[in-house]
Amino acid sequence: MTMENMINLSINGIAVSVEEGKTILEAAEKLHIKIPTLCYHKDLCVAGNCRVCVVEQAGVERLVASCATPVNEGMEINTNSLKVRNSRKHIIELLLAEHNEECTKCYRNGHCELQSIAAELQITNQDFIDLVPDKNYSVDSLSPSIEKDDSKCIRCQRCVRTCADIQSVGAISVAHKGADMKISTFFNRPLNEVVCTNCGQCIVHCPTGALVEKSYVEQVWDMIADPEKHVVVQTAPAVRVGLGEELGFAPGTRVTSRMVAALRRLGFDSVLDTDFTADLTIMEEGTELLTRLKGALVDDNPNVTLPMATSCSPGWVKYIEHKYPQYLPNLSTCKSPQQMFGALAKTYYAKNIDVDPANIVSVSIMPCTAKKFEANRPEMKASGHKDVDFVLTTRELAVMIKQAGIEFDQLNEENYDSIMGIGSGAGVIFGATGGVMEAALRTAYEIVTGREVPFANLEIKPVRGLEGVKEAVVLIENVLPDWEFLEGVELRCAITNGLENAHQLMEAIDRGDRFYHFIEIMACPGGCLGGGGQPFPVDDEIRQKRMDAIYSEDLSLALRKSHENPEVMQIYKDFLEKPLSHKSHELLHTSYVKRQPY
Amino acid sequence: MTTKTKQLNRIDLIFKHEDDCKEILKKSFDRSSEEVINEMVNSGLKGRGGAGFPTGLKWKLTAESEEKTKYVICNADEGEPGTFKDREILTRVPHKVLAGMAMCAKIIGAKEGYIYLRGEYKYLVPQLREEIEKFHQIMAELNLDFVVDIFMGSGAYICGEESALFESMEGKRGEPRNKPPYPTECGYLDKPTVINNVETLAHSYTIMKYGAKKFRELGVKDSWGSKVFSVSGDTPIPGIYELELGMSVQDFVDDFGDGDTKAVQVGGASGFLVPRKRFAKSNIGYQGKLRGVSLPTGGSMMIFNSSRSMYNVLDNYLDFFQEESCGQCTPCRVGCQQLLKGIKAVKRGEKPAVYLDKLLKLTDTMRLTAKCGLGQSVANSFSSIVENFREEMIY
Amino acid sequence: MNDQAEFVKDLVAAHGTERESLLPILQAVIEKDRFLSEDAILKIAQETKIPAADVYGTASFYSFLDIVPRGKYVIRVCKTITCAMKGKNQILLALEDFLKIKPGETTPDKLFTILETNCLGWCHKAPAMLVNDEVYTELTPNKVIDILSSYKVKVDMV
Repeated sequence: MTMENMINLSINGIAVSVEEGKTILEAAEKLHIKIPTLCYHKDLCVAGNCRVCVVEQAGVERLVASCATPVNEGMEINTNSLKVRNSRKHIIELLLAEHNEECTKCYRNGHCELQSIAAELQITNQDFIDLVPDKNYSVDSLSPSIEKDDSKCIRCQRCVRTCADIQSVGAISVAHKGADMKISTFFNRPLNEVVCTNCGQCIVHCPTGALVEKSYVEQVWDMIADPEKHVVVQTAPAVRVGLGEELGFAPGTRVTSRMVAALRRLGFDSVLDTDFTADLTIMEEGTELLTRLKGALVDDNPNVTLPMATSCSPGWVKYIEHKYPQYLPNLSTCKSPQQMFGALAKTYYAKNIDVDPANIVSVSIMPCTAKKFEANRPEMKASGHKDVDFVLTTRELAVMIKQAGIEFDQLNEENYDSIMGIGSGAGVIFGATGGVMEAALRTAYEIVTGREVPFANLEIKPVRGLEGVKEAVVLIENVLPDWEFLEGVELRCAITNGLENAHQLMEAIDRGDRFYHFIEIMACPGGCLGGGGQPFPVDDEIRQKRMDAIYSEDLSLALRKSHENPEVMQIYKDFLEKPLSHKSHELLHTSYVKRQPY
Repeated sequence: MTTKTKQLNRIDLIFKHEDDCKEILKKSFDRSSEEVINEMVNSGLKGRGGAGFPTGLKWKLTAESEEKTKYVICNADEGEPGTFKDREILTRVPHKVLAGMAMCAKIIGAKEGYIYLRGEYKYLVPQLREEIEKFHQIMAELNLDFVVDIFMGSGAYICGEESALFESMEGKRGEPRNKPPYPTECGYLDKPTVINNVETLAHSYTIMKYGAKKFRELGVKDSWGSKVFSVSGDTPIPGIYELELGMSVQDFVDDFGDGDTKAVQVGGASGFLVPRKRFAKSNIGYQGKLRGVSLPTGGSMMIFNSSRSMYNVLDNYLDFFQEESCGQCTPCRVGCQQLLKGIKAVKRGEKPAVYLDKLLKLTDTMRLTAKCGLGQSVANSFSSIVENFREEMIY
Repeated sequence: MNDQAEFVKDLVAAHGTERESLLPILQAVIEKDRFLSEDAILKIAQETKIPAADVYGTASFYSFLDIVPRGKYVIRVCKTITCAMKGKNQILLALEDFLKIKPGETTPDKLFTILETNCLGWCHKAPAMLVNDEVYTELTPNKVIDILSSYKVKVDMV
């Protein structure tokens, strides 16, 4: 870094030097001077529309937006002059004037960015006229995953930028202008009638209660209180590295065993692990992959479609159903671990604990909002009942823990119940982008060659990391007799996270630029650890910490491979017989539907 | 019946019938870019849309960019209340506007030019297309690779703001951008772009033909040259007039008023309302060493006599801004609504008269923090009307 | 494929699928139908690969890209200050009286819609109005009736 590219300026009289091209906001950050912002988000392109971050620049009459103004040599900035404070107060008052002010009834009460700034500025009176009565704001609560309340929208457009740029879905947009300007959908249709994939990335980027998850906390409390019901709960891999953030722990803290203890305290009758069905998914999906490869390489079967794509991300599944329905045959027919679990909870598990499945309530804790939609898909009744009754996000679990008065950090470490409570390290890494791929390779490679994957500590580094699109090529050689057809095959794999990257990959595949055998696609940046149901605020630094935690958890376990999971071996022995058996197909596999493209 | 003491000089530069564009352009193309730029800079021509940025400097900065692709855009999104001069110019002397565009294109190296024409002027298109065809002929004959096309607006005042105009041309909502970067660096399709008002381009032709010196014989220091004014309201002679810059509002009223002039709105709803007591002290022109207050303007002059309610006037302006604001930034989107509801509340007695002071402070914030000129300028008419006609807001 | 879909397909083929082509495409549909239906916007979204919500959000920004049904002749009366001073209310009343509808509404025979608009740039000949793309100035209630009648005749003649 040459000195020529550094710009020298001063903020509040303190000198600072930053690279050319940085903004005033970034320079202030370097000095640990906090300038309040609303429309700014590290994940997103700069908007500069809320005007909360305005600061005073010496020699310039108007205030400048610090998030959008690049630094200049010799700039003198004041972030807290009288002019700045008065303006900022006005801007917050203006936002409050068009805002639903019943904070006590709001889902985001206590952790709302508008509330925080208003409190900081001590907005204790509102002289401006309340605009809300004339606005006819509406609430859209028809989606099983997301609730949109326009009365709490500050029109920062963070959700629009997220849906368009990070997710390339474009279900929401800015409509009309002037006083009528609002965040809308296609002709203001409810979210469940448009291309919304339910990924919930809009929720984790929304500064207020305008976009929140559909909560099922009350329903779950009701079920727990019902003596007739046996409430089973499963926990997704990514929850255990995110939950801590809601309960006072630093990002990247693993709280698995305390989470299990908390769930018992909350009153769940059986505390089980989605990691178990993650391992099961590997068995089913791994076998499916090998079957497809055989079909393609040996039988020359034209009906076999490659690449095979993972299907455990319901945001990705809805995305491909809307945008690339012609590739639905490429999706693995495997259900997600959540749904496999649900089907087994009311059959295999019910029998095991001798409870009538009609009295089993199946709850899942997910880092995801699309899982709420997934659980409500009409075909998810393989058990003869609704396989998953309620899906709670990581955030909702934290709410329940707080409501129950549990002092989380004081809990003892506890273990999951059996026979669906053991998960291997391969199951845990499902929570990170590349994790499903890595888990599948650990098993498939060993089945085919009889050897472990040729990576130290089983850590398949090429598939790991926050990068949007990752590729890995695994050479399969010296195979066991049954797998002759794979001798010498270079297994081409791709992994993407975030739907814009999925879009890029699908386009490349569509154009024929790229050929792969197996692709893992996760709807959310970072994979499930960055899901729409995880704690926020979030940025790449936090995603990385959660990712490190997931891989630490994997290393800490004695059991690292799905096919060595004793409970997995047991369920095949006692119940499913073998992967892709008739029973497996009945309970653990599914089909998809074509949806309208826009 | 008042006797007119003095009529302001009627200038005949813009609308003069002149059919020599080809010759003037050839002369201009034969000169070096540096010479032409110097001529433009020396003329002191400032943007005639109202913002008043020095035209020569704009062309110079864009010419200096090393980018290969550049654009010349004529801003014909005239929408400021009381302004209709660009329509007249495009109707009567469109060839001069096109000539101005060509001059600029040659200097900055642009191959494509556009006229962003507001949707409300769609009826001008057939004639403009004919004119453009003739223009393309001249370009071919003069060997300049420069083509002009029309881009139609669709009913959005804010698209007259240069960066919102680019957004609109790019197929998006007309929401103004963050600046910097400025259009000279990053304009249409993020390429260096000269965007000039219709009248500015027509004046460029004049300057090329008659020279910077002749242009500077008119007007006053820092406000050289002539300007086309759109006069309407309570006046016996509404219409288009080309006058010198630098006149006092008093002189203007003496010429155009109906003898009972109470106030003049200079520069449209985004401009200032000048009350009778300030006529003599207010001058029309850009910042500089003018006597008293100088009011830059796109040329809209609306005259109100004593029968007019300034409350109704302000109400009309605020209703306009509330509707036409793009809505993206807080101070403008919500501020305009607060101002409109605010004056209604004071009028109805729902808010005390002192609430007007709170609103004046709000307009200060809007002026300081709004993202673009629309939100920043609401303060102009609001403060000038409320401060000078406070009683009319209350009673 | 129905007429509307065919029309849009041809438009996109003529203008291109780049984002810069969106406004001309929307304007062409307006010229033909006087408004943008859900189907039209969906079809445009499909052909240009721009998300439907984005096409809708862009169209809804512009006052002349109506997203609700309009009549064959859309009347836009200027309501900005000079026209307001010079009698636009009388013009509106005359229109309301003649067509028996209020601003914002369309006649039952779907011929005329009355709307208000902002400064049309004819302040020296106020009041003014547009009927589709044609402008009429120096209006009086009588003149307005003459103008509308001539449109009615146009329709009868077809």
